[in-house]
Amino acid sequence: MLEFALERYNYWIVIILMMIGLYIVFSRGNLVKTLIGLNLFQTSVFIFYITVGKVVGGTAPILLGGHSEGSHGDEHGAGHSDANGETHQDASLSAEDAAAAAQGDLVNRLGSRAADQGHVTGHESLHDGPEGATSNSLFTGSPGENMPDLITRGGAAEVPHTDVHAAEAALDTLYSNPLPHVLILTAIVVGVATTAVGLSLAVRIREAYGTVEEDDIEAIDNKTQLAEVMA
Amino acid sequence: MGALLHMVSADAALAGALITPLIGLVFISALDRSPDAREASTLATGLITLLFSATIFVAVGEGARPTLTLFEMLPGLSVTFSVEPLGALFGLIASGLWLVNSVYSIGYMRGNNEKAQTRFYMSFAIAITAALGIAYSGNLLTFFLFYETLTISTFPLVAHKRDEKARAGGRIYIGILMGTSIGLLLPAVICTYWLTGTTDFVLGGIIAEHIRPTSAWTAILLCLFAFGTAKAALMPTHPWLPNAMVAPTPVSAFLHAVAVVKAGVFGIMKISLYTFGAETLQGTIASDIILYIAAASILIASAIAMTQDNLKARLAYSTVSQLSYITLGAMLANRLGIIGGSTQIAAHALGKMTLFMCAGAIYTAAHKSLISEMRGLARVMPYTFIAYIIGACSIIGLPPMAGSWPKFFLMLGSVDRGELILLGVLIVSSLMNIVYLMAPAVRGFMDPPSAHQGTEIAEAPAFCLVPAWTTAIGTVILFLFMGDLVRYLEPLVASL
Amino acid sequence: MLLNDLPVLPVILPLVAAPICLLLPNNRLPGTFASVIAGLSAVFSAMLLADVVTNGPANYDLGGWAAPLGIVYRVDIAGALVMTLVASMAAVTIPYAIRSVEMEIVKSQTSAFFAMFLICFAGLIGVVATGDAFNVFVFLEISSLSTYTLVAMGAKRDRRALTAAFTYLVLGTIGATFFVIGLGLLYQATGTLNMLDIHERLLGQDNRVVRAAFAFIFTGLALKLAMFPLHQWLPNAYTFAPSSVTAFLASTATKVAIYAMLRFLFTVYGFQFGFMDVAFAFFLLLGMLGMFVASLIAVFREDVKMIFAYSSVAQIGYMLLGISFATPEGVGAALVYVVNHAVTKAALFMAIGAVVYSIGGHRLPAFRGLAKRMPVTAGALIVAGLALVGVPMTAGFISKWLLIQAAFEATLPVSSLFLVLFIVSTTLLAVGYVGRLVWEMTLRDPEGQVEIKRLPLAMMVPMLIVTALTVYLGVNAEGLINLAEAAARQLLDTGLGTGGAF
Repeated sequence: MLEFALERYNYWIVIILMMIGLYIVFSRGNLVKTLIGLNLFQTSVFIFYITVGKVVGGTAPILLGGHSEGSHGDEHGAGHSDANGETHQDASLSAEDAAAAAQGDLVNRLGSRAADQGHVTGHESLHDGPEGATSNSLFTGSPGENMPDLITRGGAAEVPHTDVHAAEAALDTLYSNPLPHVLILTAIVVGVATTAVGLSLAVRIREAYGTVEEDDIEAIDNKTQLAEVMA
Repeated sequence: MGALLHMVSADAALAGALITPLIGLVFISALDRSPDAREASTLATGLITLLFSATIFVAVGEGARPTLTLFEMLPGLSVTFSVEPLGALFGLIASGLWLVNSVYSIGYMRGNNEKAQTRFYMSFAIAITAALGIAYSGNLLTFFLFYETLTISTFPLVAHKRDEKARAGGRIYIGILMGTSIGLLLPAVICTYWLTGTTDFVLGGIIAEHIRPTSAWTAILLCLFAFGTAKAALMPTHPWLPNAMVAPTPVSAFLHAVAVVKAGVFGIMKISLYTFGAETLQGTIASDIILYIAAASILIASAIAMTQDNLKARLAYSTVSQLSYITLGAMLANRLGIIGGSTQIAAHALGKMTLFMCAGAIYTAAHKSLISEMRGLARVMPYTFIAYIIGACSIIGLPPMAGSWPKFFLMLGSVDRGELILLGVLIVSSLMNIVYLMAPAVRGFMDPPSAHQGTEIAEAPAFCLVPAWTTAIGTVILFLFMGDLVRYLEPLVASL
Repeated sequence: MLLNDLPVLPVILPLVAAPICLLLPNNRLPGTFASVIAGLSAVFSAMLLADVVTNGPANYDLGGWAAPLGIVYRVDIAGALVMTLVASMAAVTIPYAIRSVEMEIVKSQTSAFFAMFLICFAGLIGVVATGDAFNVFVFLEISSLSTYTLVAMGAKRDRRALTAAFTYLVLGTIGATFFVIGLGLLYQATGTLNMLDIHERLLGQDNRVVRAAFAFIFTGLALKLAMFPLHQWLPNAYTFAPSSVTAFLASTATKVAIYAMLRFLFTVYGFQFGFMDVAFAFFLLLGMLGMFVASLIAVFREDVKMIFAYSSVAQIGYMLLGISFATPEGVGAALVYVVNHAVTKAALFMAIGAVVYSIGGHRLPAFRGLAKRMPVTAGALIVAGLALVGVPMTAGFISKWLLIQAAFEATLPVSSLFLVLFIVSTTLLAVGYVGRLVWEMTLRDPEGQVEIKRLPLAMMVPMLIVTALTVYLGVNAEGLINLAEAAARQLLDTGLGTGGAF
């Protein structure tokens, strides 16, 4: 049990940060401190996303150079695709992207390939292949129990060979999942925007009320309201 | 006359009757600045509307059943008008007495220098449209729609004086009427639609095909309808009626005799005939329950009426009692009960209208509203009081006044159903009627005038007397032509 | 060519136009420009709706990247319906705003105001159009962030707009963050963000991650759609925002959140999960509580905008009730309710905005004797008020009627008759607060002599259009009902043969 809890230390960090953030939001009367709490709360979510994307032993998903002949697919495990050709590991994907790019018609190829093959997803890393033994999984037991659909192995990917030559070298390398990182970049932008709007509101409130303490603001508002009712 | 009433087709008359008051409304609001033209347009509107509803009345008597569908919102859910004898009768009463009432209110409002007269006449015009809409409604939804319109449009009339008392009275008025109609009548309509898939009024009822008469649904529905139609003032939903007494007298007359309460009892009668069906009702316990509640209402309201010193309040409780006669007739659900209840709608309208206009005449001429202050008053204003006595006799049920027939029918109907207790209730109630309705007249004629009564009191002005006498004479005429009215209503009970 | 881009055009158009709008001078030009953009978007949405109805759901791969690699826009009937609603509401509120905000915001902010308005509009449309779960979050935040600023711009008239905006920002951000946590968990469980894909992969999965994801998404969206008791941000934000903003928000923002909720409930999750019943029970309970409590609060408010803000919270309860039935009829009724309520509330808040413009206040005393002072506006208020109550021949009646019929059809934890009586009793509370307003307008004399500014045509015409629409939707409802029912069927049946009610 203890081991189970300690193994997932990243979630504990996330949860603790999140609770601290929420507590600050609700308990602090100062608008700026409220915003700090809000930021903390959001940051915990960013961390959560980032740890989700991390594959133990994986490197940043940047294409390493070099060509090498050889097949891909079964050999590289890691859930390239299931029998229906439905899922693909992001690592192989990004490799294929690069391959397509090398051939100079990235968009078309990928588009058409996706259409051909059905769903090609940048999913993975949690319930991962043999190499990707992550510390992140929330699932106890073997991953296969919980998500048979996702990690069915076998069935070579029906990717046209020519498209992926360049990428095959890359498949030897284990990558972290880039998608959560990309997502969280978006979320960080949103978070920064929110903070900016919140801070500028705090500034305006300070101009209008002369204070950023919620209790004082409330007292002033109550007085206004009383005057309105009397009038 | 006959040619005049056949000038337009019944269908056209139906549209005309509903639209005319609305056109009148435009004129009335536009002529805010010149009272004479405004009142002229009120009267013209009243006259034309009466002509249309008389046309419909005649046509329906000849077997026509004009219908008009405005629009269909959903399948089985439309705003439709369809006239049958009961509705034609109510429409004729409403538009006829509206005209009389308009004449009277012009005099009353000018005589008492009331404020905001334009709004008053506008509300009246909407109210009469609503009353006609109720009379001619072809399904429950249309009925409900105009029922609400009537409540809303009469609210400014009740709260006309706009002082604290009027506001409180108005609040109770709209609170009870809106509350019961939305809280009970609307669920009843919804349940009916859900059970039967339609809300149409069909003679013989639509319920029987879908649910057993003895099932709980019938009982629930009947209670929802009976108490949801609070305008019928079945106890305990009656308090709005005495509270509406804060309104000017023409409004009271209108509320109590023409539109509002009659819309309520008309609704109950129509729903029992056209939604439940008389035969369905006859065998149910639910109708027994409502029957006895109505009987209790008759007695209790009469008893309360005897304790009231304010003439208008006394008349209000008398109305509560008299309306329950109609509910009683509907719940008896046999031939004589239904005929009795339907004719009571007409007879009570004429009688109560007379009484209210006399009360208003006394108020206008002598500024007296308490019965205890009316000592010897009849000696200076005999015409008013004679009209009052005629109206009172009609309500009590003395021949040769119209009110005697419905009571007679209802008594026979109770015997038919084997409810001898009800016969006793009706007789006791008539005795109580004599006590509380005759008291003011007795005071007026027999008691010596009080010492400090000024000499400046004279007979009420003509504009008060003429309408009052018109309706008083109407009660006598209706007594004579009751046979025709019963024949006219025959289709309602043909199957019984 | 244009037709192929229909799902994305209503989003892109305002998004691109917003920065242009910011560059325009602070006069009536930005407003006019924004109106044209909103009008075009409305036309495109309507075309899309017609297309979707005949040809089935429209797909659009953003940048040519097909699903699930790229972000896909997928618009079905429900989406097209809500999109058309949002776009047409924008197309009437923005022209209305041109004159309305002259009084209500600082003049130097005019172009910024309309730029924000367009961004908010683009965000709302985006939520509806996208088929990508994370995209929903992004667009929700785009619209929310611009909404915070729009609300805050009401500070010229009343500085309480600032605190209202701040509270809204804090709660809205918490809601959005909850939502994003849920998405993260969902991504963990499925490894994809495409809604249909997630649904496919969720089949047969019922574990703690999926449940936690559901709980987070549910709570986050509940905050955004102001579900009772998470509605705290709404009343003040609606009250102190500029009138045109209130009209737009009340008719679109919460509705879009409801749409997103529908998407996640039915398209993403679907019926195979046991915990959905718990969620529906929650909807039923909280919907009913909200209907009652919020209506009750509304009866005792003195500020007309506040009254109708609380009424909005209550009305959301009715929609949640429809969703909680989890039948095509119930969801269809909820969709009809969404449309009808949006139109009604827009009419109400526009009319209130007209009073703010002409008389300069939105507390009850400002409405005294309004029927004499501003008969047209008072008439619009009365008609829209009746529609809110649900008087026959208005839009409100149709929506309530459908809801009640759906209640009869559905199997529920509570008796249908009880539910019906509950609905009509809360309707009575609505009669209470609408009645109070009508009383003040028609039966009381105006207090004091204020100079009444003539209502410009640019405000009157949109107000009357929307008011007429409330009546039209009550009289000729069949088209909308059929559309909503088809939409509900499509929503409940994802076409994969696995989700859905059948």
